[in-house]
Amino acid sequence: MKYEAVIGLEVHVQLKTASKMFTSVPYRFGEEPNSLIDPVVMALPGSLPVINREAVAKSVQVGILLGCDIAKTCKWDRKNYFYPDSPKNYQISQYDQPLCLNGSVEIEVAGPSRSEEGPHRNVQLTRIHLEEDVGKLTHFDRDSLVDYNRAGTPLIEIVTEPDIYSADEAFAFLTALRRILVYAGISDCDMEKGQLRCDANISIRPVGSETLGTKVELKNLNSISGVRNGVAYEIARQKQVLSEGGSLVQETRRWDADRNMTTSMRTKEEAHDYRYFPDPDLMPVSVSEEWKAELAKDLPEVPFDRQRRYQEDFGLPYSSASVLISDRMLADFFESAVTTGGSPALLANFVVNDLSRELSAGEEGVDLSNCKVEPAGLSELVKLVEENVISNQIAREVLNEMLANGGSPRQIVKDKGLEQSSDEGELETLCREAIAANEKAVNQYKEGNAKAINAVKGYVMKATKGKANPKVVNDLIEKLVNE
Amino acid sequence: MSASELNAKTAVELAKLLADGEISSVDLTTACLNRIEAVDGSVKAFLSVDREDALAQARASDERRAQGKSLGPLDGIPLALKDIVAVTGQPLTCASKMLENFVSPYDATSVEKLKAAGAVLFGRLNMDEFAMGSSTENSAFGRTHNPWDLDRVPGGSSGGSAASVAAAETILSLGSDTGGSIRQPAAFCGTVGLKPTYGRISRFGLVAFASSLDQIGPFTRCVEDAALFLDAVCGHDPKDSTSLPDQKTDFLAGMASLKDRKWKIGVPKEFLAEGLDPEVRASVESAIEFYEGQGCTVEEVSLPHSSYAVPVYYILATAEASSNLARYDGIRYGHRSEEAKDGIELYYKSRGEGFGEEVKRRIMLGTYVLSSGYYDAYYLRAQKVRSLIRKDFDDAFAKVDCLIGPATPTVAFRAGDKVDDPLSMYLSDVYTISANLAGLPAMSVPCGLSSEGCPIGMQIISPVLQEAEMLAVAKKFEDAHEFSGIVAPDSAKGGASS
Amino acid sequence: MNSEESIDLDRLCVLARLSLEPEEKEKLGPQLARIIGYVEQLKEVDVDGVEPMAHAIPLENVLRKDEAAELVDRETYLRNAPDSRAHQVVVPPVIEG
Repeated sequence: MKYEAVIGLEVHVQLKTASKMFTSVPYRFGEEPNSLIDPVVMALPGSLPVINREAVAKSVQVGILLGCDIAKTCKWDRKNYFYPDSPKNYQISQYDQPLCLNGSVEIEVAGPSRSEEGPHRNVQLTRIHLEEDVGKLTHFDRDSLVDYNRAGTPLIEIVTEPDIYSADEAFAFLTALRRILVYAGISDCDMEKGQLRCDANISIRPVGSETLGTKVELKNLNSISGVRNGVAYEIARQKQVLSEGGSLVQETRRWDADRNMTTSMRTKEEAHDYRYFPDPDLMPVSVSEEWKAELAKDLPEVPFDRQRRYQEDFGLPYSSASVLISDRMLADFFESAVTTGGSPALLANFVVNDLSRELSAGEEGVDLSNCKVEPAGLSELVKLVEENVISNQIAREVLNEMLANGGSPRQIVKDKGLEQSSDEGELETLCREAIAANEKAVNQYKEGNAKAINAVKGYVMKATKGKANPKVVNDLIEKLVNE
Repeated sequence: MSASELNAKTAVELAKLLADGEISSVDLTTACLNRIEAVDGSVKAFLSVDREDALAQARASDERRAQGKSLGPLDGIPLALKDIVAVTGQPLTCASKMLENFVSPYDATSVEKLKAAGAVLFGRLNMDEFAMGSSTENSAFGRTHNPWDLDRVPGGSSGGSAASVAAAETILSLGSDTGGSIRQPAAFCGTVGLKPTYGRISRFGLVAFASSLDQIGPFTRCVEDAALFLDAVCGHDPKDSTSLPDQKTDFLAGMASLKDRKWKIGVPKEFLAEGLDPEVRASVESAIEFYEGQGCTVEEVSLPHSSYAVPVYYILATAEASSNLARYDGIRYGHRSEEAKDGIELYYKSRGEGFGEEVKRRIMLGTYVLSSGYYDAYYLRAQKVRSLIRKDFDDAFAKVDCLIGPATPTVAFRAGDKVDDPLSMYLSDVYTISANLAGLPAMSVPCGLSSEGCPIGMQIISPVLQEAEMLAVAKKFEDAHEFSGIVAPDSAKGGASS
Repeated sequence: MNSEESIDLDRLCVLARLSLEPEEKEKLGPQLARIIGYVEQLKEVDVDGVEPMAHAIPLENVLRKDEAAELVDRETYLRNAPDSRAHQVVVPPVIEG
């Protein structure tokens, strides 16, 4: 029998706010244990929560970005369960009136190669709600230690419909979601810092069947590749079990990235009874049309819309459009340069290839936002190429100079005398000299080896230190060889 | 004990004496501390008293006054606190073994405000554990006695707060009221007790029993003292999401300006029905006649859902409590069992050992009504009936200015009478619970003594935020009668004697 | 519903993480049954179309500005912990689940 997998994801995202969800204690990763606490975080007797407006605002923004229905009114509920990392032994969450319902995330499943666009599809969401994070337990042989720094940090939970059908799609979903959230400044989504966490509900069913199979909840997927590998492993495991005539049990399994396998955590679960009820300490929140409109104003275009615009309006190839939108800084730099002029295709090339490469090879901590090349400068550089003042090759040299010492490209070209030479008389003399010096190559060329002529061209370029206009040189050599 | 002694006077009287330089706060505070030493061995209103701290506050007050920097009428007045509000560096036990060694690292907002008003905040007053009870017999540290008759209960849960004022151990005290925990003990001990509109006084730093019902309020010897307390403590608090915004205060002036009103007074017929002690009824009826004699109109009104108040309350309050008390697990603070072998057992044992019987009973009940399969039948239904109870009041207040009835169905009962019958104990709050459910301000004012010499309280319930008018109604009665302002006579049977 | 039958004390103990001594259970069971029997009178009330009331006084959008306060010495809030080590709260071993 042929099986298909059905996957639903539950993604927790830490919101980037100055203070915690229900109290004005800051949250930062990697601080001294229990340095970020107060009576509310520690659930001291008599302490009370007050909602962080920015956390609500950011959650509404996520809802807008993902096309959700934003609740006119949402309320707060207590989810009651005991665990040492949960100071109140209930978590303030949203149960039956979450902030956002429905919505979707557009994903692109990888194409056959990096330069070919893969198919796009919308993965449907069930809901998004706002809640608070718990603390951190560290286990030792004889006891455990609790650090409450993370407790009370604002967290959104994004729940998808069972609308993902492969490990690659799960990977694509998280990649797309993360990009949208980072773009909009909602969260840094650093999985290593726990800012984005993902659980997967995985089942398989015979192809064509409408009902869902036995569900396995997969935990500890703590990197994006871990999600892909863990989900892939689990699907394969489930198929294997069924093909060997076995049966699956509903259970929670843990992805062990080191051993590259999933292991069972618990099977017979105590039926959860969280005794949700409305938190009497907190009042409902309503989101007016005005507030929504105000929040929408601050949001960037979502990455795939940008990608389409680059392809359609600027005629960029998928290969550069997709790289540009993979990082908001790249895309913003590119767009800013386009507005000051220059061919979008050339600008894209310089941003995606030269600038990115130089920056990643260069000094630590220097990126597009703080390097010495500004969008207007790059646009000026590209214009020099377009005007045939310099060649592409010289342009790279100028760019390196700009990165190292700043300055205007036009000035650099002038100061260093890098203008391209297009004087045909002068170049013809050089070309004749080159043909004479490369007799063997010329003969090979005449015998049909097209590439052989490059030696001749190289001679000229070298003699002019790259300043010769390549097109003029080409034309001259063609003419002279065939004389 | 005579009313001429400092510790038996009212705050308004004392404020004048302090302002005129006739007495010092140290004199006054010392008088209270001495009185505690003399009688608290038999009343047992206090769990602890930090004598040095109280005197230091009194000295600071006197110094302020000497420099002309008095903070107002409460400056230098002793005010004792129910052991349920947080004061930095002071114990906060809620009369529970669970918090026996807990010391608060922060101040409640109400405490901050009282400090800013210069009150001498002192003592930790006994109560029913976590405010759960109506007799102050549910304290892990022993019961409090009613100063009018030591064999009787002072009421609860704020029994220590009521008894301390009645026995002249303090001038004022702070209590909290979730279902009647201020008004019922005030009635039993012959003091004024007031529960403001829900949201008037910040709950930040008040240990939660049932968050949607809890309110802080004063115990005083006269109506004006209650107004003084409210003036100091009411107001919006950004640390409490249920705190009301844009509050108008100045109750002392407000009540004075309303004193000659001819009110329309409603008498809920359900409050004068079966189960009411005849002596209590007679007292309350004669109080109502007094108002008629003053030119007020009196009309019978109906609160048709009031008989459901007790069941609604015991569902909602216990549900909230079961969750509010989940934090007591012996991990970050509180009693930790030494028996536990692992992190899970730690919960069961610490909570099993740390909580008393009534607290356990309510946690179990609250857990039950929220549990899967029962939520709709109990919790959700109770929330809906709560709406109906609120609507009954809205309908009544469309016709009348306030409601008057008994505060309690009987006078103070004898200790031990109801401890093994939780349901009958719950029913002693039958008249007070509705105001909590509806969020309304309500107070108990002494209106008589029973043939056995036990105080009787009448209850005034007013519309939301109408405390000033409620106080004016109470003052009208107080001015014409002798029941307020008295302290438990030392000559009373077994009464507080020095 | 017969409440006496429906009360599973052991399950409630698990949900509330509360251990009861056998004699406590013996007393509590019938008491709870009686109280629940009493509160069942709410079933008489017609609540069709009635909105549940979660707050005594309804308010909306009580929100705080996202500002970080000054931090206080962490020991202030750890001092009441029954057991701590290296500024962390110690608990008996917890099996991750």
